[in-house]
Formats: sequence, structure tokens, C-alpha cells
Amino acid sequence: MNHVLPWAVYFALMCVSVAMGCATIRLLRGPQAQDRVLALDTLYINGMLVVLTLGIGFGSGIYFDIALLIALFGFVGATAMAKFLLRGEVIEP
Amino acid sequence: MRRRVPVLPVFLLVMWLSLNGSLAPGQIALGVLFAGLVTLAVAALRPVSAWPRRFDVAVCLFFVVLVDVVRSNIAVGSVILGASRRQPHVGFMKIPLELRDPHGLAVLAMIITACPGSVWAGHDRESNVLTLHILDLQDEAAWIRTVKQRYERPLMEIFG
Amino acid sequence: MNAINVPLWAALPAAALLVIGGLLTLVGSLGLLRLHDFHARIHAPTMGSTLGAGCILLASILVSSALAQRPVVHEVLIAVFVVLTSPVTAMLLMRASIYRRRG
Repeated sequence: MNHVLPWAVYFALMCVSVAMGCATIRLLRGPQAQDRVLALDTLYINGMLVVLTLGIGFGSGIYFDIALLIALFGFVGATAMAKFLLRGEVIEP
Repeated sequence: MRRRVPVLPVFLLVMWLSLNGSLAPGQIALGVLFAGLVTLAVAALRPVSAWPRRFDVAVCLFFVVLVDVVRSNIAVGSVILGASRRQPHVGFMKIPLELRDPHGLAVLAMIITACPGSVWAGHDRESNVLTLHILDLQDEAAWIRTVKQRYERPLMEIFG
Repeated sequence: MNAINVPLWAALPAAALLVIGGLLTLVGSLGLLRLHDFHARIHAPTMGSTLGAGCILLASILVSSALAQRPVVHEVLIAVFVVLTSPVTAMLLMRASIYRRRG
């Protein structure tokens, strides 16, 4: 019927993929450890957005659960690494 | 007027129902059971519980924050796109606060960090001074005005 | 793609929101490369995780509600989750950076 939405989905996918590329470059190049953790956190959020955009494009509700899981694991991982940088251990006695 | 609303069980129930996407009686019963059990289990972990008083002020604060998020997104976007000509002038600044409630401070930290362009960098509990990190620090007085009038005053009304 | 079947009243705002959200996320991640200092860089991805994610989630709510012909709001959960968690990571990273520069 109308092809506006598929093109918008392609455009958003392209934008978020380029954004993931930027975050990957910073992840590999980052001079300090905190740069890498920040880039990893951004990568997770962008990956979640890619999955959500794919869900819009295919009109399926399954992608929602994957996006929720990616957000959950990204938060846990990035917070654990930031805590490690701050204290030298993750769970303190 | 001190009406106490149990926030956590209600939030958990709403989360359960929206996650399942249905309002069937069975789901509601399961959600009530789940919310009650989790609330009991968590009560031992967090002895201090939050009692927000004014929900109308909270809704107003939500929209104020939404407007500020949009505005600071535009500001940070223009800073990033103009970064080849001029790198931003980053800096720390200190703001003395009057808010002492731990939940109010937690919400203030979330609001400040969720707005692009400012990150909560520390808080001294004795002197109650907040340290902020600002991406493009030009007008310190404007930041103090924003934090104190737009965020701190409603939070003091909500958490009292 | 199944997105062709979405009625026009939902497709147009969803398309606009998708374009805006994608551009905001792109600019936010571009800031990771263009800014020179970590303390400046930490502000950039916040754009993607607040308004960028918000726009795309709103588009997702619109499209899935239009396809299911009833309000589907469970994407709000992701929004709440991202809004609650991304400041925690940013604050911890800021404190870690301050600590590591001093020590």
C-alpha cells in the first residue's frame, strides 16, 4: 500500500548501524579503559535499537523480548565493568 | 494530607500486566501474588521506603524534564556537529542543595544524568553540595537556576 | 517487509519518528569519535539512550498498536528500563574516571 514506513525503517537501520560502527571504532581505539566501557554501553543500546527497528519492519512482537534482554544484559555488563574500574572488584565483601 | 501509596507493588503489578499484554482475571491474580511476594522479599533489602506525596507535581515534573531533554538533545547535537570548529569547554561546577531526602536525591541524580550535557559527578553528604559535570560550561548561574528551580523545588514538594 | 500493511495514519508519524530517532542516535555515537576528551565524550551517547531510543520506541508502539488493532504498550517497559539504568552506568563511569585520573 504505502512504502513510506519500509524506507524509514531502512534509513533508521542504516543510521543505527553507522552509529554502531562509530562505537566499535571507539571500543577498539579508546585510549583509556573507561572509553572502552562507554563505547560498549553505547554499542548495546544501539544493538537494542537495531532489533527494535527490525521488529517494526517485520511487524512482529517477538523482537520486543530480545530487545528487553539485550538492554538488561548491556546494563549489567557495563555497570559491572564500571564498578570494577572504580573499586577494583565488583561485589565488595 | 498524608496518603500513603504503596508504590512498589503497584508498579510491579502494572509491569506484569503490560509485559503479558492482557487484563485477564488470571493474569491479575498472578500479578498481585507476584507483586506481594517480591515486595515482601525486597523489604528486607531496603529498610527505607519512599512515600511520594504529590502525584500532580510529579506529573508536572515529568513534562518539565521531557522538555529539557529535548532542548538539551538539540544543544548537545549542535555541539557535536560543530566540534571540528570548536571543541566544547567542559568543566565541573558545584551547586549547594537544600534537598536532603535520599529518594529525592536519587531522582535528581537520574534527571540530571538523563539530560544530555550534564552528568552527576558527586555529592557530599555533610555539606550537601552537588558536583556536576557540564559538557559546554558557559553560564554557571543559568545551570544553578535550572537545577534549583526546575528540579529541586518540585522534588522537595514531592518527597517533603 | 510486513511494514507495508500498516495503515497510513500510523505509518506517517512512525516513519518520521524512526528518521528522527535514527539521526539522533547517529549524532550521539558520532560524538564518541569527534570529541577529544573522555569527560566530553561521556555526554554524547546520552542522546541516543534518551530521545533516540524514545522516538524509536514510540514508533514501535504506534506500529504494533496499528497492526494488532488494540493499544499495545509493552514497549514502555523498555523505555522505563533504559531511563532507569543508563544514568546509573553514566554516573559510575564518571566517578571511575575521576578516581582514575586522580590516582
